[in-house]
Amino acid sequence: MSTAIPAIELIGIDKRFGAVHANINVSLAIAQGSIHGIIGENGAGKSTLMSILFGFYHADKGEIKLRGQPVKIRSSTDAISHGIGMVHQHFMLVEPFTVLENIILGAEGGSLIGPALDKARAALKRLADEYELDVDPNAIVGELPVGLQQRVEILKALYKGAEVLILDEPTGVLTPAEADHLFRILQQLRDQGKTVILITHKLREIMAITDRVSVMRRGELVADFETKKTNVGELAEAMVGRRVLLRVDKKPAKPGEVVLDVRGLTWRDKKNIARVDDASFTVRKGEIVGIAGVSGNGQSELLDVITGITRATSGQVLFKGEDVGAIDSAAELRKRGMAHVPEDRHHRGLITTFSAAESAILGYQRNPALGNGFRLNYEAVVNQTRKQMEEFDVRPVDPLLKSGKFSGGNQQKIILAREIGSNPDLLIVGQPTRGVDIGAIEFIHRRLIELRDQGKAILLVSVELDEIRSLSDRILVMFSGRIMGERPPSTDERDLGLLMAGVAQEAA
Amino acid sequence: MSARSDLPRWVDIGLIPALNLIIAFVMAGLVVLVIGENPFRALSILLGEPLFSLQGWCNILYYATNFIFTGLCVAVAFHAGLFNIGGEGQAYIAGLGAATPGLFIGAALAAVLPNALSQPITLLICLVCSFLVGGLWGLFPGYLQAKRGSHIVITTIMLNFIAASLMQYMINRVYRPLGMQAVESRAVNDAYIWNLREIGRAFGAKLPSTPLTPVIFIALLAAFAVWYLLWRSKLGYEIRAVGANQDAAVYAGINPARIIMITMMISGGLAGLLAFHEVLGTQHRLVLEYVQGAGFVGIAVALMGRSHPVGIVLAALLFGLLSEGGTQLSFEIQTISKDLVVVIQGLVVLFMGALEQAFHPWLERYFRREG
Repeated sequence: MSTAIPAIELIGIDKRFGAVHANINVSLAIAQGSIHGIIGENGAGKSTLMSILFGFYHADKGEIKLRGQPVKIRSSTDAISHGIGMVHQHFMLVEPFTVLENIILGAEGGSLIGPALDKARAALKRLADEYELDVDPNAIVGELPVGLQQRVEILKALYKGAEVLILDEPTGVLTPAEADHLFRILQQLRDQGKTVILITHKLREIMAITDRVSVMRRGELVADFETKKTNVGELAEAMVGRRVLLRVDKKPAKPGEVVLDVRGLTWRDKKNIARVDDASFTVRKGEIVGIAGVSGNGQSELLDVITGITRATSGQVLFKGEDVGAIDSAAELRKRGMAHVPEDRHHRGLITTFSAAESAILGYQRNPALGNGFRLNYEAVVNQTRKQMEEFDVRPVDPLLKSGKFSGGNQQKIILAREIGSNPDLLIVGQPTRGVDIGAIEFIHRRLIELRDQGKAILLVSVELDEIRSLSDRILVMFSGRIMGERPPSTDERDLGLLMAGVAQEAA
Repeated sequence: MSARSDLPRWVDIGLIPALNLIIAFVMAGLVVLVIGENPFRALSILLGEPLFSLQGWCNILYYATNFIFTGLCVAVAFHAGLFNIGGEGQAYIAGLGAATPGLFIGAALAAVLPNALSQPITLLICLVCSFLVGGLWGLFPGYLQAKRGSHIVITTIMLNFIAASLMQYMINRVYRPLGMQAVESRAVNDAYIWNLREIGRAFGAKLPSTPLTPVIFIALLAAFAVWYLLWRSKLGYEIRAVGANQDAAVYAGINPARIIMITMMISGGLAGLLAFHEVLGTQHRLVLEYVQGAGFVGIAVALMGRSHPVGIVLAALLFGLLSEGGTQLSFEIQTISKDLVVVIQGLVVLFMGALEQAFHPWLERYFRREG
């Protein structure tokens, strides 16, 4: 199957974004006429690598060869002229345009639209016959289901002469039936001699349709397998890796009564896709329950529903025995003793243009201690913030400095101080240490354990498996909106990796 | 709405507005040159006449009173992330709130109370009604934005036209006494705000003829109230949170739709206070078109004042100076009409608003090198 000269060769690709080393000396060869999978966790560097190939980013070092010839790809236009097409995770389509109009976008050729449309119509018919890519050329793209929109993206690439097709997480938005159809299309493309690169974190897809698979972890290409000769377990292990567990000293948990009881919780988005799918679990006093999973598998939506930012489609959320699933006011839930450290501190946790003191009361601005009635007692706010900043070792201790001027770790400490300071019964924490320096990570972890030991309930969501394992007393794994299972923190990484990849197994 | 900036504060609130103003003046000077007049002579009249006489200063303050109200109107909405360009219509329609109690309740009160008591009470009612009617005219687009998603820029400007037509109808058909030629209501004598000259006369002092009234103090009070609301109240905190980051506001349990409606009510109400000033202090009756573009000047004032009450008071004084100077200019130089001042104002809006960022990269580079 593999010919002598690979379709694509990446040699020593290296890319940094500031302090983040996104691609570390990655070398990869992809055979002509094959389906090549690239898997890895979020932030492993898959998308960066493909963006370099497609001309969105420029590698700091390294070389790209197409069919043996070294090339410089400076822009996506370059990439397309070299026969590389990409189907993005978020489609790049003009929704009010017809399929045909979308296809010729960027290839209109001349000032009159007619000839280009005619040419595209003919080409479309040929492509449809060849690859089972049926789409009505006159349909309005915005009115098509997602699966068909994706087909339009593929057609667009093929129309522009793509020999290599990159698909970024193509099945994330598809139903299983649509995904199956996509795979049939990809197989036909391969049989016709095209080269397909499939970026995904779903192991099953990799096993189902790829010929070869490369595994990325933390910016490095760590393994390269022939799909036939590997198995899901081996891939999961390569993907997650064996890492040194962050050491957190903690005593065994003494779980008390149930504080949060989630029953059959479902949340559907506008397209009626269940982003949280029948989730059930409990969190007790004095324990930390961790939710692991690759990001984008419904964790954010789960947090939004529980904390009252959005309302559940169905199911119950019992908080201290009362059903709060229908409450869609974060203020009301806060009043009842539910605190929330949001996943995204820049867009939710604080307001970067506000002073630290102002951010430090976000969500608690109606607290009577901060002024009665209409008035906001600015002095009280500043004093309270200064006290919190000292207690949580926020540097600099300057309540009047703009929130955006603090480092990530210090911003997170401001938020944590605010939420823990409210003396909650349940603390919900999303990605507590994302983009936070090591010192602050240790500090934040210690505070969370302390809170647990005071008998508070904590629900922790993190994509950092280390963090989940070192902090949690029980681990739940979320995949595609569902809770895949529960594991003790002592479980091995491979087991968790399989669950995170959507492979259900009997408890070990 | 103000730009994110890493510049020193004094550059942001001092140097940049000054630079923009100078450029606006230079451009206006070119316009004068094109007309065939001497720009330096024009400038000396524009600035000199108002600044070197007591009457000039009084008139500046008179104009500033209106501009403070409309500037605050725009600024409050800015802080909630809303661009309310309907101050003109809100101020116009609020004339109904200013005049109606004066015309009807005033007489009833005057019948039972001594004049010294009935006048202030009526005026207070007029003040509240001006605010409420202006506020309702602001609430309407606020509701449409919050609940229906209609863009506030579109709805507020449309409502300016509706307000103009509605007022034309109301004054002509409802408020104009039978048989009166002029399209205006009868005089509102039961709610009469004395101007400076009239106050002076009462105390036996001879003061210059000017429409300036004590309402300037209400304007300054309103500026303080807006500062207090935005930076020292829980509601103001929520308004600014919604304006700065709606996701964070929702996270904080704030209902943005509610805040948008309240903010627009306050914003429209502030514009409405202009009606109180103009109708009862200057015209003493409901007349057509008394707002005279002050609602739009408010946009320039708020932009220039960086949406801060102190800045707005200063910017209102500047635009007061330009308005008064413009009147003088059209007296002294026949070929220049008062519209030139509108040109200057337009240029200031252009440089403060649309081209606000023009000097930013350049200044940022300069100060980064310095720092």
